[in-house]
Amino acid sequence: MSDTAHAGTDGGHDHSPTGWRRWAYSTNHKDIGTLYLAIAVIAAVVGGAMSAMIRLELTQPGIQFIEDFQFYNMLVTAHGFVMVFFVVMPALIGGFGNWFVPLMIGTPDMAFPRMNNVSFWLLAAALVLLVASTFIAGGVGTGWTVYPPLSNADFHPGMAVDFGILSLHLAGASSILGAINLITTILNMRAPGMTLHRMPLFVWAMLITAFLLLMAIPVLAGALTMLLTDRNFGTAFFSPEGGGDPIFWQHLFWFFGHPEVYIMVIPAFGVISHIISTFSKKPIFGYLGMAYAMSAIGFVGFIVWAHHMYTVGFNVETRSYFVIATMVIAVPTGVKIFSWLATMWGGSIDFKTPMLYAMGFIFLFVAGGVTGITLANAGVDQAFHDTYFVVAHFHYVLSVATVFAIYGGIYYWLGKMSGRQYSEVQGRWQFWITFIGVNVLFFPQHFLGMAGMPRRIPDYPDAYAGWNMVSSIGGLITMLGAFMFLWILYRTLTAGAPAEDNPWGEGATTLEWTVPSPAPFHTHEVLPDTSDLQAAE
Amino acid sequence: MNRCRWMLTSLLFISAWLAASAGALAAGPKPWQMNFQEAATPVMEDIISFHNLLLVIEILIVLFVLGLMLVIIIKFNSKANPVPSKTTHNTLLEVVWTVVPIAILMVIAVPSMKLLFFMDKAKNPEMTLKITGHQWFWTYQYPDNGDFEFDSNIVDEEDLPKGGKRLLEVDERVVLPVNTEIRLLMTSDDVIHNWAVPSFGVKMDTVPGRTNESWIKVTKTGTFYGQCSELCGVNHGFMPIRVDVVTKAEFAKWAAAAKVKYAGIQTPPKTAASATAKAIKVAQAAARMPGAHVLKR
Ligand SMILES: [Cu+2]
Repeated sequence: MSDTAHAGTDGGHDHSPTGWRRWAYSTNHKDIGTLYLAIAVIAAVVGGAMSAMIRLELTQPGIQFIEDFQFYNMLVTAHGFVMVFFVVMPALIGGFGNWFVPLMIGTPDMAFPRMNNVSFWLLAAALVLLVASTFIAGGVGTGWTVYPPLSNADFHPGMAVDFGILSLHLAGASSILGAINLITTILNMRAPGMTLHRMPLFVWAMLITAFLLLMAIPVLAGALTMLLTDRNFGTAFFSPEGGGDPIFWQHLFWFFGHPEVYIMVIPAFGVISHIISTFSKKPIFGYLGMAYAMSAIGFVGFIVWAHHMYTVGFNVETRSYFVIATMVIAVPTGVKIFSWLATMWGGSIDFKTPMLYAMGFIFLFVAGGVTGITLANAGVDQAFHDTYFVVAHFHYVLSVATVFAIYGGIYYWLGKMSGRQYSEVQGRWQFWITFIGVNVLFFPQHFLGMAGMPRRIPDYPDAYAGWNMVSSIGGLITMLGAFMFLWILYRTLTAGAPAEDNPWGEGATTLEWTVPSPAPFHTHEVLPDTSDLQAAE
Repeated sequence: MNRCRWMLTSLLFISAWLAASAGALAAGPKPWQMNFQEAATPVMEDIISFHNLLLVIEILIVLFVLGLMLVIIIKFNSKANPVPSKTTHNTLLEVVWTVVPIAILMVIAVPSMKLLFFMDKAKNPEMTLKITGHQWFWTYQYPDNGDFEFDSNIVDEEDLPKGGKRLLEVDERVVLPVNTEIRLLMTSDDVIHNWAVPSFGVKMDTVPGRTNESWIKVTKTGTFYGQCSELCGVNHGFMPIRVDVVTKAEFAKWAAAAKVKYAGIQTPPKTAASATAKAIKVAQAAARMPGAHVLKR
């Protein structure tokens, strides 16, 4: 069988495009995946530079570097946008999703290759608009939540917010097209024998994520359009003077915004499941429970949005509903955590770099998850809302955990994607530096938040100086880890040892390990028969 | 020997921390503080005691997971356990790790709801304080004590009195009586702000077009600080809150004097429609805050 597959690979399709045309016009899922990963790395450098500037200003009390506070607010806003829409989502969904969904389900490419190309270039255009917005009229200084009235034409009169809105519109359109592509591919193009219940968990994760995107992004698009017309055409959806309501925006935004956090973290769940199963040399424990736990998290994610809005002045009954609904999420999340632990239990674990990142993910996701339980309770949230405690919480689950899944996923699949294997020693060093860095960076922010330090301020009362200094030192260590990662990436791509088709051995059972490394331009031209594959159970 | 020194250091650290947390009446954050500011209202006391419950549960969860991971690292690495097991199901286990978290959540939910309903509204308010947020200062109005009102602005660093707290001191403080149930009504006349005083356990958005309600009953006299807690534009970090809580007699005296003192103060524009007045306010606010750059309109 592998002979025929190989013959198909070499013959017939020797007219692969080359040069810039190969990338600009690409309809190949692997090339588009690579483009997504590249844009994520570029955006991560931009977003990381913004956070470095923020931490630099906050290292000591007083104003040292950023005297223009609108610039500071712009940094806070753009850092959020860049990291959410142009780093985490492109890396996990566009990058890993494009690369590995077709490989794992045994199909030659995505269902709509040309639409795939459009998705990517819409995202690139969106990034250009976002970066442009930072140079126009002081930039968007509203926070990534873009709450009106601050974001309306009275308080942000320049074009910056309009650029931001259009950027998000394009990024949203890109995501919707990508989601349609993923759903169609996954539902219709699985290799013979691969039923939904035998599908690898990463593919499950992408399917659920795609549905979340499909349902959440249109709500964001509607809200953004209303804001755009409020700003430019005299409507008053969000202005009380015209009968509108600023809180209406918050409902729409968070109806998108809460599923958005699961859009970022569910793909990470998928990646982590594969890494843990591979390096434990065991199939995933409770596979069906894992798949349906992700589905449950996705579903409940749509009915908890107002826990971001406990202080807007809801009546107490509304808040009590959102408290209970939010805490429910802890149950399927617990199922996932314990199933990962049970997968490792009894395993024969190799602690290679991806596995270190996966274990780091579990521990830090739990640490960030329990503070989520704290914040879910509207009563104590009254003390924590808009403080650094919230910053610490969501950076633990997103910046730390999700980015750990991205780092881990790149180490895990780099050999398959590039044909070259990273250096294990360097990878481990990079992990430990990053692990220490992020904890020193974000753990003290819990203390700052408890002590009452508000978010999004360029200067703070002197009492908060100590932990801010520690946090900035952690930022420096994290940045060191990031630079080291870029260096490892560069060294691997230019001088890495050739990667085996399956560098991980018996534990790596999914189909991407059955094709050569680097994965040839076209794969699975003869559909693999997966009826005897035990990928799932 | 080494361990002794380590223990001593941590003991010192913990006692320093406890000393820092059990501060005097002047509230506000302390250097290296690792927990809440001192509670001065029943609501904040309840928040802290409920949070203590949450913290214990959460630390146990984290330690439990960490413990399991340590066991896994020690017992199930490829050297210690060369042949992996093939177990992928255990129905009992799966039921347990679904049901136990539900039980834990129910333990949390009961006090959570009690706290939430308790903190919601004042039962028998004796007076009302009306708070209006502006870019970038607060207006306070005392409708039950002579209906006077005044603006409260940050004190610039160079004007700070000796011992004054940078970024927390204001020119005109809110003065409130101790042991009095006070209704807080909040609104804004431009963007959304948030009036927050950590020691009171109060944090409420001031939203244009809406009036939000909260309440306090401060049980200690003293000075309490807070900061605007919703991003409200360029000088968001520079609109602090200072509340001086005094005895009822002192408050009555202060209110009588304040009524005279603030009688001539012009009321600020109440609607965003008065754009010129707002533009002037923005310019004034910008002038007050050196280093602040207001958007060109
Ligand atoms: Cu404000």
